[in-house]
Amino acid sequence: MPPTAPRTAHLTRPRIALLILLAVALALPTVADWMGEPFYVRLATRILVFALAAVSLDLILGFGGMVSFGHAAFVGIGGYAVGILFAHQSDGSTLFGLPGTVNGLIVWPLAMLAGALAALPVGAISLRTTGVPFIMITLAFAQMLFYLMTGLKAYGGDDGIALWSRSTLPAPLNIADHTTFYYVVLGLLVAALALGWRLVNSRFGRVIRGAKDNERRMAALGYPVTRYKLVAFVIAGALAGLAGALLANATMFVGPQYLHWSRSGDLIVMVVLGGIGTLIGPVLGAAALLLLEEFVPELMDLAHAGLGEHWKIVLGPVLILLVLYARKGLWGVVAGRRP
Amino acid sequence: MSAPLLSTDSLVKRFGGLAATDGLSLSVAEGELHALIGPNGAGKTTLIGQLSGELTPDSGTILFDGRDVTRLPVHKRAQRGLARSFQITSIFPSFTALDNVALAVQAHAGHSFRFWRDAGRDRRLADPARAVLERVGLGARADTRADALAHGEKRQLELAMALATGPRLLLLDEPMAGMGPEDSARMVELLQELKGGVTILLVEHDMDAVFALADRITVLVRGKDLASGPPEQIRNDPAVREAYLGDELEVA
Repeated sequence: MPPTAPRTAHLTRPRIALLILLAVALALPTVADWMGEPFYVRLATRILVFALAAVSLDLILGFGGMVSFGHAAFVGIGGYAVGILFAHQSDGSTLFGLPGTVNGLIVWPLAMLAGALAALPVGAISLRTTGVPFIMITLAFAQMLFYLMTGLKAYGGDDGIALWSRSTLPAPLNIADHTTFYYVVLGLLVAALALGWRLVNSRFGRVIRGAKDNERRMAALGYPVTRYKLVAFVIAGALAGLAGALLANATMFVGPQYLHWSRSGDLIVMVVLGGIGTLIGPVLGAAALLLLEEFVPELMDLAHAGLGEHWKIVLGPVLILLVLYARKGLWGVVAGRRP
Repeated sequence: MSAPLLSTDSLVKRFGGLAATDGLSLSVAEGELHALIGPNGAGKTTLIGQLSGELTPDSGTILFDGRDVTRLPVHKRAQRGLARSFQITSIFPSFTALDNVALAVQAHAGHSFRFWRDAGRDRRLADPARAVLERVGLGARADTRADALAHGEKRQLELAMALATGPRLLLLDEPMAGMGPEDSARMVELLQELKGGVTILLVEHDMDAVFALADRITVLVRGKDLASGPPEQIRNDPAVREAYLGDELEVA
């Protein structure tokens, strides 16, 4: 009888790639400072925030086969949790008899809770279907929430809420400082990746992956599949909520556009671009999409004024090429074929 | 005689005007290997669907282990010990053979809301899974991805997964479908070994296999029980010969 395959602790190509990525992420603020381009730190922070949202989507899309086209709604709701509590704090009013707050240790967990609580009914209903109907129902729910936020006149309606200050964290973490905030976001992303990694390899993760492979067989084996998928959906909602809280802090703003379906589409693009079902891939996908969005229009405008707004003409072919030639996306290209 | 492990009473399932199951009353005794045969379109697959819970009958009841399971969803029946294999191989293609079976073991090892420990290193899953793989003769293929297995091996894996749930009743839907003579012979041998240890309801087209294995045979024609009894009786039943078996039986 063959022994279980020994787990190699060698520096395999994916491990080297991970180490390099981590090194780049850690060194980035120093390098940006040295280059005299502090703006890069804020851009990188945005990338990490969207990476967190994309990773949370990959948990259900990549591992559970749940193509949610409304994931940005949970990001937006997390952002609103921060924004609404900020608004109450700034004008001294109360919400359900409680004062507002900007304490990150309170509002960030609340943002996660809000994301999870929103994901619960959406998932419970959407997961009664699969395939295209699932995509459409999650999209419909997200648009409902989008219009709900548009109609929230007390919280800015269409205009959203401008934040004058970031959440506060216990000393010595002063995230009003861009570099400190960057490292806090990086830490949370790494923690989320580690959690996600444990999750997909746990018994729970196996059920989710099994359901993606063959849901009918899972039921025949005795698994109440929908229950497990729903829990995964809620966990992803909570992580998206956290990403929303961080996004509000990164941009100092929350608005309905965070929940718009095109944002959900962006998240799917990040996952596909980076590598479905790889966890780390969506981080690369987020970086690629946001960097393209940042620099391609500028370059195109240089070539011909006004051309920049059509930058997606570049994104389209890039996506098609990746889908055709790199089935595990950018991470597949970086890490090589894994056995 | 004690109460049967599985029984149906006046089961009816219609698709439009067609009664695929037409007032069927069937009983499978504890410990027996009960074969279900019948020509194509006799309603065997529809019956399996109702027994496993994927289809809901229009009327009639299904009793399993003394309890009414007619309206019970698939996974709850499976939890009570009703395991099935599929006619068209239904495995987890991106998992290894071992992990396929481990997933079956896990289904009956308490709930799976366990989020932290690496299930791949959990010997409580891997050890029983490996034992079942050895039992069906797939021990050497444990670490092969399921979609890379040969057809016969996939059929073995299919059975291994059903077995690994520690079932009280195995519903085997044409386990020899698409198998060559060698693989079929192995499968017959394996079922021979399982017989007695676990109750089996076997749907199969291979008459040699059926008559070699079955304690009792039910002949299904147009959704009805044409005849039920031990192999000898079925072999000599004139109605069965006329309706279905014909020349095939001469060979058997």
